[in-house]
Amino acid sequence: MRSEPVTRSVRPAATHFVAPLDETPLQAVDAVDTTSAPRSMWAEAGRNLVRNPVFLISAALIVVILFVAAFPGLLTGQDPNYGDISKANQPPSSEHPFGTTRQGYDVLARVLYGTRTSVMVGFFTMILATLIGGVLGALAGYVGGVFDAILSRVTDIFFAIPLILGAIVIANRVESMNVPMVILVLGVFGWTNVARIMRGSVISVKNQDFVTASTALGANSVTNLVKHVVPNAIAPVIVTATVNLGVYIVAEATLSFLGVGLPASSVSWGGDISDARPALRTQPMMLFYPSMALAITVLSFIMLGDAVRDALDPKARKR
Amino acid sequence: MTTSTNTAAAPDAGSAAGNDPLLEISDLEITFGTTNGEVRAVRGASLSVYPGETVAIVGESGSGKSTTAMSIARLLPKNGSITGGSIRFGGRDITAVPTREILALRGSEIGLVPQDPMSNLNPMWKVGAQITEALAANGVARGAKARARSVELLEEAGLPDAARRANQYPHEFSGGMKQRALIAMGLAARPKLLIADEPTSALDVTVQQQILDHLDTLTEELGVAVLLITHDLGLAAERAQHLVVMYKGQIVESGPAIELLQNPQHPYTKRLIAAAPSLASRRLVSGSGTPAAEETDGASAVQRPTYSAPKLSGPKVPSLTVSTPTGPTPTDPSTQAEHAGPQFGYGEVSSDAVIQVQDLTKEFPIRGNVPWRTTPFTAVDKVSFEIARGTTTAIVGESGSGKSTVAQMVLKLLEPTSGRVLFEGKDVTTYKGKELKSLRRRVQPIFQNPYGTLDPMYSIYNTIEEPLRLHGIGDAKSREAKVRDLLDKVALPAEMMRRYPNELSGGQRQRIAIARALALDPEVVICDEAVSALDVLVQSQVLELLNDLQSELGLSYLFITHDLAVVRQIADRTLVMEKGKVVEQGTTDEVFHAPQQDYTKRLLAAIPGGSIPLAGSETIDVDAPDAAVEDEQVDGSPQDDGVIDPFSEAGHV
Repeated sequence: MRSEPVTRSVRPAATHFVAPLDETPLQAVDAVDTTSAPRSMWAEAGRNLVRNPVFLISAALIVVILFVAAFPGLLTGQDPNYGDISKANQPPSSEHPFGTTRQGYDVLARVLYGTRTSVMVGFFTMILATLIGGVLGALAGYVGGVFDAILSRVTDIFFAIPLILGAIVIANRVESMNVPMVILVLGVFGWTNVARIMRGSVISVKNQDFVTASTALGANSVTNLVKHVVPNAIAPVIVTATVNLGVYIVAEATLSFLGVGLPASSVSWGGDISDARPALRTQPMMLFYPSMALAITVLSFIMLGDAVRDALDPKARKR
Repeated sequence: MTTSTNTAAAPDAGSAAGNDPLLEISDLEITFGTTNGEVRAVRGASLSVYPGETVAIVGESGSGKSTTAMSIARLLPKNGSITGGSIRFGGRDITAVPTREILALRGSEIGLVPQDPMSNLNPMWKVGAQITEALAANGVARGAKARARSVELLEEAGLPDAARRANQYPHEFSGGMKQRALIAMGLAARPKLLIADEPTSALDVTVQQQILDHLDTLTEELGVAVLLITHDLGLAAERAQHLVVMYKGQIVESGPAIELLQNPQHPYTKRLIAAAPSLASRRLVSGSGTPAAEETDGASAVQRPTYSAPKLSGPKVPSLTVSTPTGPTPTDPSTQAEHAGPQFGYGEVSSDAVIQVQDLTKEFPIRGNVPWRTTPFTAVDKVSFEIARGTTTAIVGESGSGKSTVAQMVLKLLEPTSGRVLFEGKDVTTYKGKELKSLRRRVQPIFQNPYGTLDPMYSIYNTIEEPLRLHGIGDAKSREAKVRDLLDKVALPAEMMRRYPNELSGGQRQRIAIARALALDPEVVICDEAVSALDVLVQSQVLELLNDLQSELGLSYLFITHDLAVVRQIADRTLVMEKGKVVEQGTTDEVFHAPQQDYTKRLLAAIPGGSIPLAGSETIDVDAPDAAVEDEQVDGSPQDDGVIDPFSEAGHV
């Protein structure tokens, strides 16, 4: 390839540039910043969270939701289980700000008291599912081999059963449904994605140098799993769990809507949505209030999950 | 362009006075917007590249060297922007021209060879197709013509059997071949400027040398100007006519390569040259007495100074060794004899071998063509060596030579297929449970990656305390005192212990890893590429630290590295491994100055910058007086090295 003419020229004069020494004081190779507070990964994530408007909005909403779930009676004087048939189908008034249902129940009271059921089911199902999925996923990922193959196939089997479908089948067999029963049913079918994420996360962490380093220091495999692998692998699981919380709330509402969830005697958004369905054309607001409450709650938790993910994952972090 | 001269034209400042630079960067400012505010990555940088010239930007990571180069082709990350100054290319200001015009420049006028050959080829496309694409994108050729041209380019890039190679996928290429393909792509449209961003830092030294030689020849023939970005001062000085040294976003010094090297003006440049391992040529000598000299009898103590004896400026030239007037040189018949018998490196010392490795072999099963059938692959083949107490043994070799596998087996992280590892004469190969735990206490590792080796969830205190807690040593109070003591040993302030690894620099992290390894007062420390990921200045700090700790605590090191320059600074004995076998072993000086095997010779020849004379630098200045000091020691006063060696003072400021 010598055909082309070669352009070559030379620097006019040998210039030797030296920066003025006092331009910027040259620091030591690695100066320690001793003034700032120590920051762990979680402290760093927290710092990023409080600057994220999505987190601030969702956290504010969740605080309100939790407050309502804890003290529904503070915001309304009405009993959600007292239906006055003479006051059925009333439009909003000062006594009943959201109006009343066909049976004369106060809509606001039912929406407020329903929060407790939804939040309880969502929260405890999340705990249960995260425990089952987290333990199975961590063991599968850490032990590996045949154990992993078996556990992963079991996970796949449960994964193949839709959460709602599985819950309907079980709920139909149970005589008396109550809140703990719903939590159990949803937890048994809702842990699979947690397990998968935990497994993947553990596999990527267990091959890192610090785990090998710890082994070489004399740690056994159980110590390694508990002290190094799980703490480093937990972040994506927390994100999934937060998002799942919203999913379980929806699932509970769906079960109640379908009539296989909580009995009519307990107040829940799903049951109320189901009750309001026949009068959708004449009284759309009866459907609107519990649906809105459900939508806002679920959205808050999913937004929180997103914000936590952004804070924990430096790659997904927005500037 | 400007004046057209011949390739053969000698660089002559006078005749080319009217030339315009191909690339002229003046007062460039680049700012990155981050969540923590703005970071000024490049501050007032000015440099120029003349047609056909090779200019190297040298600096440690984070100095802004890549950022400067990437801004030329406008390849900055999204949050980075040019906030001041100008970039002129071919006499035209391209600082603010529309992206469309930059696109037209990329490839056709400005070529790019990226850093990591492993990730810069699309694994789903055949290599030939990727070059064809580059040709089409730059409007050079299309269709069958482009395919034919891509084969030509691969051939030109030095790939044998290019026509067949063009039809292969990237995973069928070795790292060096991939980089050759990327060079072919970078030069596909015959650009006027080639930006090579650390083109060989992911490759073995011998491959690096081939690739750079080839790049030199190609760019010379085509008259392409090269902007070479590298952290390796030796490499830069060897390949470029003009050097630009960057530090913390600023250009601290620039000038003709040889002049800059021989007559550095800026303190940072001076430090960089002093620390560059490829330019240093001797074993580090610690200020205090060496335990080997104290523990063993006269014979080995007298020999010890030989490790650092021939401090030649040009270590690549073995013939010079012969003329060195110092002590017993490797050409001594006695040392030669020892060299032949690796098992008995030092008669006296071998009786005090802390670790003996005998016929260590490791086979890995590789999935074969038949399902459920595996074929064994021998990663380590009958490796035997000894580590004498208080000394450093280095294993060098290219990637895939099995050196890390040896380290893992010595650390008992991998089961050997056959062979034995003896610790103080006892076979530890079958140790389990309690025995293993007590062995772990005495043999500690330091790993390569300072970013991966510390648990990000653990504070520095927890990290260093962990081994103490695991072995149930002391109570909370005595452990804290120990952690403070260890931090002090590795020259870090005690306040560090409340911090987390993510707040520390690479060098600090590696020092934490060293402190952790020392927490249990081990006898042997196994350093697996312990300094390879560090910048040169930090690397020299860590090496000196390791060396000081060795003389202070009587540690024995097994040093695994691919970097021969590092070996020369730290090791007493050197093993060269190739394809799982030890091809050569002997004292470091023997291996460096009288290599017996072609493979060793090739490795030595490939050290970048090794041949550059540092005339005028301190290395040469202290040569003569130091030789006298060495002679005195040989003459029989090995104990009095409480006096700080003037040599170590001069060489490692």
